[in-house]
Amino acid sequence: MTEYALEVENLRKSFGGHVAVDDVSFSLKPGGSLAIVGESGSGKTTTARMLVGLERPDSGRIRVVGRDRSNAARGKATRLARARELQMVFQDPYLSLDPRVSVAQCVEEPLRLHFGMSPRERRARRDELLERVGLGEREADALPRRLSGGQRQRVAIARALATEPKVLILDEATAALDVSIQAQILDLLAEIRRDTGVGYLFVTHNLALVRHIADDILVLYQGRVVESGPTRDVLAAPEHPYTRLLLHSVPRPGWDPAQIAADRRALATALREARAPSAAAEPARHDPDAAPTRRSVTP
Amino acid sequence: MTAVPIHRRRFLAPLARITGGDKLVGAALVVLIVLILAAVFAPLISPHDPDAVDLSATLSGSTPEHLLGADQSGRDVLSRLIFGARTGLLGPLMVVIVSTVLGMLIGVAAAWYGGVVDSVLSRAMELVFSFPALLLAILLVAVFGVGLTAPVIAMSVAYAPYVGRLARSVALQEKARPYIQAYKVQGWSGWVICVKHLLPNIAPLILAQSAINFGYALMDLAALSFLGFGVQPPTSDWGAMINEGASAMLQGAMLPALAPGVAIVITVVAFSLVGESIADRVARREER
Repeated sequence: MTEYALEVENLRKSFGGHVAVDDVSFSLKPGGSLAIVGESGSGKTTTARMLVGLERPDSGRIRVVGRDRSNAARGKATRLARARELQMVFQDPYLSLDPRVSVAQCVEEPLRLHFGMSPRERRARRDELLERVGLGEREADALPRRLSGGQRQRVAIARALATEPKVLILDEATAALDVSIQAQILDLLAEIRRDTGVGYLFVTHNLALVRHIADDILVLYQGRVVESGPTRDVLAAPEHPYTRLLLHSVPRPGWDPAQIAADRRALATALREARAPSAAAEPARHDPDAAPTRRSVTP
Repeated sequence: MTAVPIHRRRFLAPLARITGGDKLVGAALVVLIVLILAAVFAPLISPHDPDAVDLSATLSGSTPEHLLGADQSGRDVLSRLIFGARTGLLGPLMVVIVSTVLGMLIGVAAAWYGGVVDSVLSRAMELVFSFPALLLAILLVAVFGVGLTAPVIAMSVAYAPYVGRLARSVALQEKARPYIQAYKVQGWSGWVICVKHLLPNIAPLILAQSAINFGYALMDLAALSFLGFGVQPPTSDWGAMINEGASAMLQGAMLPALAPGVAIVITVVAFSLVGESIADRVARREER
């Protein structure tokens, strides 16, 4: 039996009356790479925040390397153990670093918290981590304000890797960067995965990016999984109308934004109509449109 | 960015950051520095003993011997003004320290824990807001007796919600920032995150508010002394001096009451200018 690095079952979260994440399940193999795709409001960021414990799920289970983390962390030991399993890189590199903490300190802090290292070992490890993400001595002493967006995101990645997590969650981690810098960061991430065997969970709206970085893909629409499977298959022949819509939304020659907007409205109406009568008549059966299309082969 | 070498920029940074090239703020800062020096070195620089009575000079106007004249008991107004800066600054200083610490604790705790804790602390702050500070002070004077203690305690309690309300709102904003969340994900305890990362980042704004509060606290304490609840004669205090000088005014001698009044106004304005300037700087830094 394969031990999953990350296993999520029937995750659910609502804010007030609005259901943000509805019955989401997926799994990630050690060293695997999964992309959660959806537009804003689809529940992808809420899912990521529940995984790292920044939000409490209403129901459902989250397991990382077999250990449950669905409930609030009690005590320091649990908190630290969880931090060594899962780390996160945030979207905005301009806000995700403490403006008063230098790059070197920023990377050393988690080392100090998690590992009983001597100052010399810690500095060596810090230099190793910074080198890993392509930052040198010159940047180490700088405050975040002196760094570019790409450099800051490198610092955030080094900081996240410091606790040696099994899975790294990247919440739109390249969305705030220039396209050329995006490519550099993605190359860096691919390299790190090859070398360390860390698993990635990309949270993104960018399908063009998914093609390059993710083995598997999970499409969320209004908090539900509408399609999942190997990236290549899903992108080559999307089965769910929403996935097709997302693919068509990527700008290219002959692209018609008005047509996309009309399709989007039609889809929302169709799904609402499809969901309402079937729910009233036969609550036990899922309507075909809302049911997730799952193509992943059982491991 | 100007091309000032790093070591020099670092050395001048605090002063340059506060004044920001604004002449008015610079002047306010100079006024405050002069005041502090006057308070610290009062015995050295005051021309006379503040309590020495020179009956021949009673209610004299400005003379070479007594630059700001003498009061109805023949005491030198300038010397009393200089010594008055001691109680005048010490009282508000204690008020500001206590209210800042108290307000920060309450505000940050309310923002960090949210929910019931936030509701309870916020309601408690509103309760104190709705209670007139001077009345609270007078009540406490009834309990502790006259002197500096009761008014300082009362003002500390009364000013804490001003700091607390501000601390809560900026801490709420700061708490939602990804860098704080990154520290949570790293596994740090809430206490460490608040003390090492959240507080230092919101401190400049709170200090700005505290500087403004300093001026208001000074005014309130002077009012209490004026009413006879604060510092007692013959100790020199600006509020008490205005009180004592009020009767001299009827006899045509303006200086014994006017001088401390002007001193209070200048000090309050100076603190407000400096406080607003810090707040402005912080806001501008946030925008970048």
